[in-house]
Amino acid sequence: MKTESQEKISKILENYSYKPEKLIPILQKVQDEYNYLPKDVMDFIAYKLNIPSARVFGVATFFAHFAITPKGKYIIKVCDGTACHVKKSEAIINKIKEKLNLTNSNTSEDGLFTLECVSCLGACGLAPVVVIGGDVHAQVTTQQISDLIDGIKNEAKK
Amino acid sequence: MSKKVNLNKIVKDYENNYKNVEHKIVLCAGLMCIASGALKVFEELKKEIKKQGLPVSLEINSKCAGVYVSKSGCQGFCQQGPLMNINDKIFYTQVKVEDVKEIVELTIKQNKKIERLLYLDPKTKKSTAKMEEIPFYKHQERILLKDCGNTNPDDINEYIANGGYASAQKATMKMNAEEICTEISASGLRGRGGGGFLTGKKWNFARIQETEKKYIICNGDEGDPGAFMDRSIMEGNPHSVIEGMIIASQAIGADEGYVYVRMEYPLAVDRMNKAVKQAEKLGILGKNIFGSNKNFKLHVMEGAGAFVCGEETALIASVEGQRGMPRPKPPFPAESGLFGKPTIINNVETIATVPKVLAMGGKKFGKVGTETSPGTKTFALTGHIVNTGLIEVPFGTTLREVIYDIAGGVTNEKGEIEEGAFKAAQIGGPSGGCLTKKHLDLKLDYDNLKKADAMVGSGGLVVLNNTTCMVNIAKFFMQFTQHESCGKCVPCREGTKQMLTLLTDITEGKATMKTLEVLESLATVVKTASLCGLGKSAPNPVLSTIKHFRSEYIAHIEKKTCPTGECLALAKYNIDQANCKKCSLCKKVCPTDAISGEPGKTHKIDSTKCIKCGACKTACKFDAIFVGGSK
Repeated sequence: MKTESQEKISKILENYSYKPEKLIPILQKVQDEYNYLPKDVMDFIAYKLNIPSARVFGVATFFAHFAITPKGKYIIKVCDGTACHVKKSEAIINKIKEKLNLTNSNTSEDGLFTLECVSCLGACGLAPVVVIGGDVHAQVTTQQISDLIDGIKNEAKK
Repeated sequence: MSKKVNLNKIVKDYENNYKNVEHKIVLCAGLMCIASGALKVFEELKKEIKKQGLPVSLEINSKCAGVYVSKSGCQGFCQQGPLMNINDKIFYTQVKVEDVKEIVELTIKQNKKIERLLYLDPKTKKSTAKMEEIPFYKHQERILLKDCGNTNPDDINEYIANGGYASAQKATMKMNAEEICTEISASGLRGRGGGGFLTGKKWNFARIQETEKKYIICNGDEGDPGAFMDRSIMEGNPHSVIEGMIIASQAIGADEGYVYVRMEYPLAVDRMNKAVKQAEKLGILGKNIFGSNKNFKLHVMEGAGAFVCGEETALIASVEGQRGMPRPKPPFPAESGLFGKPTIINNVETIATVPKVLAMGGKKFGKVGTETSPGTKTFALTGHIVNTGLIEVPFGTTLREVIYDIAGGVTNEKGEIEEGAFKAAQIGGPSGGCLTKKHLDLKLDYDNLKKADAMVGSGGLVVLNNTTCMVNIAKFFMQFTQHESCGKCVPCREGTKQMLTLLTDITEGKATMKTLEVLESLATVVKTASLCGLGKSAPNPVLSTIKHFRSEYIAHIEKKTCPTGECLALAKYNIDQANCKKCSLCKKVCPTDAISGEPGKTHKIDSTKCIKCGACKTACKFDAIFVGGSK
C-alpha cells in the first residue's frame, strides 16, 4: 500500500483515537474516500487497531452499506420497500437490469452504474422511488428510468 | 465551560423579535416535498419577495423584518407537496416555482387567496384554505407532529420559544430520577417501536442498577419497509429527540447517549448533528447541563444498513463496532448492555413523546387514547389510497376512519377512488399482519391489534386494493426477512429460506396442498424457536395472509391461477370476446406476436408465445383483455 494512502487512513483512525469500537464510522469514512473497501486497506486498519483482519472483514461484509468490490460512478438506488413494491418497483428494477445488462454483477461493465435495491428510503408517499447520486426521483415509470439512464450516459460521454 | 442557559430570556427575545415580522411563510422541507421541488420554490420565494420590495428574514433575530420565510420538517400531507402555510391562515398545496410571483403579489401583499393552489376535496369539489379544515388533518390529533411541521428544525431558539427544553430543564434541575420514572409510569406510555413495553417500567429497571456508568440509546434504525415516522421526527424536530434523551438520561442516571440513525436517512443524520451542536453551544448538552452538576454527552451514530440492528442487543453490538448480531436475553440490556453497562434503548417516537408527557403531566397524557394504550400514534400511511403521508391519531381510532376519512379512500388500478376496492391493510411491516374488511371497525391499539394477529409495530400502514395478490405480499416480506436474517440461529436462517422457497413454489404453480401444510408447520417452528424478534415475527405476514386469504393460496395451488394476475408465472392473458371490438390494436403492440387475428375478426392469445408483459391489456381501449381463468 502506498505511503500516501497509509497516511490518509491513519488520519481517519486518529480522528477516532484508534478505538476498535469506532470501527463502523471508521469504515464509513474510509469508504467515502475509496468508494469501496480494498482488501489491503482493511488489513491495514486491522493492524493499526490491533484487531484481527477477520473482524474488520466480518463487519464489512455484514452491513449492506459496505462494499468490498468497486462501485460504479453513479449509484442507482431503487427502493423496494412495501409501498414501492405494491406500486410495481420490481418492473423498474427489471428495466434497469435489462438496460445495463446486469446479470451476475450489480455494476455495469463500463463501471458507470451500480444498482442497489434498498429496503425502504422512507419516501413511501412518492412510490416508486429511485435515487441517483442524491437526487430523488418520485413516482418513476419504466420509461422515465430508461430516459434517466440514457441522459447520464450521454452526459458521461461528453 | 459551565454556563447556565436562560430559557425564559430566549423565549422573550424571540417573541419580541417576532413582532417585527409581518408575515410568516412556512414551507415544508421534508424529504418528499424536497423531492417534489420544495427547495427550488424556497430559493425563488426569497428572490421574489426581495424583487417586490419587501425585506426577507430567514431567522427570527434582532434584525428581522418583513416576511419571515422558514423551512419546516414534514407536514405530513406528502402526496400534495410542496406544501406552503402562510400566516397559519392559508395553506397552499403543490406549489411550483411559477406560482411564487403570484403568491407574493396577491397573498402576501394583498391578502388574497389563490384558488387553484388551495386543496380541492375530490369528493365534495370544495376548496379549503385552512390547514386544520382539510379532511386529512381534521380527523387527526397531532400532538407530536404539530411542531414537526411548524418549526424550523435548524433553529434551536424557535424550538425553545415554543416551550422546548423546559421539560428537560425541569427534569434536570427540579426532579429526581424516581420522580421522573413515576411521572412517565403514570402516563402509561408504551414503547412505540413495536413491542409496546411500558416505558416507565423499563426505565425503572435501569434506574435501580447501582453502577457509575449507564447509557441511553435512541433507536432510529427504522428499517421496516413502508415506515418513515422516525425519519420525519428526526428531520423535522431533532430537538424533541434530544430533549427526550436528556429526560431519559436523568431518569436512569446515564451521562452518555447515542442516537443511532439509519444510514439511508442522510438528511436526518445532518439535522440531528446540527441540533446536537446547537444544544452543546447553549450548555443544554455536554458538561454541567442547564448549569447543574450533571453531564450528558450525546453522540449521533450512523448505522450501516442492517434491519436486524433494530433489535436491542444487535444494535448494541453495532454501536460497539461488532457485526450487528443479537444475543440471547437475559441479561437484559437494562442490566448489562452497551460495553456491559446498564443501557436503555427507546425508539425515536417514544423519546420524542417524553417531553410532551412531562409538559402535559403524566395523568393528563394518559387520558388521550385508550385505557391500555394511552396517547397518540403516528402512522406512515401508504399504498393504494388518495392521500399518502404521515399521520397521527389517538389510539382507539378505527381503521375505517384512517382509511376513509384521513386517507380519503382506496384507489383502484387506475388511481381513481373506488368504493369497495379495499382488500387489506398491512400493518407492522415484515413483523406484522394484515387486517381485512371485517377489521374496518377495529379500534387500533396495542391489544386489539394483537388479538387480530397483527401488531402496531413501528407504524407502517400500507393499504392494498383488490389488484394485490396476498400470496405475493407474503412472499415479498419473506424475501425481506430472509435477506435480513443475520444467520446466527438456525431456525431463522434456514427456516426463512425454506419458507421463501415454499412460497415461491406456490406463486409459480409448483405447489401441492402438502406445500401449504409444510409452510404452516414450518412457520410455527420459526416463530417459536428463533433467537430474536426478527425470526420470531418473520412468519407473521405468512400466517396472517393464510388465515384471511386461504382461498387465494388454494387458487394458486389447485387451480394454478393467480386471481389478481400479479404472479406472472401463473398469469394467463385472455380476450373477452363479448367486449372485444376486433380493432387489432392489441396485436400491434404485442412484442412477441402472440396474438392472432385480423381487424374485424376474432383475436386470440397464444399462451405459449405470451410473455405476460401486459402491453395488450394497457393498450386495449375496451377493457376486453383480462388476466386469469374467467372474468
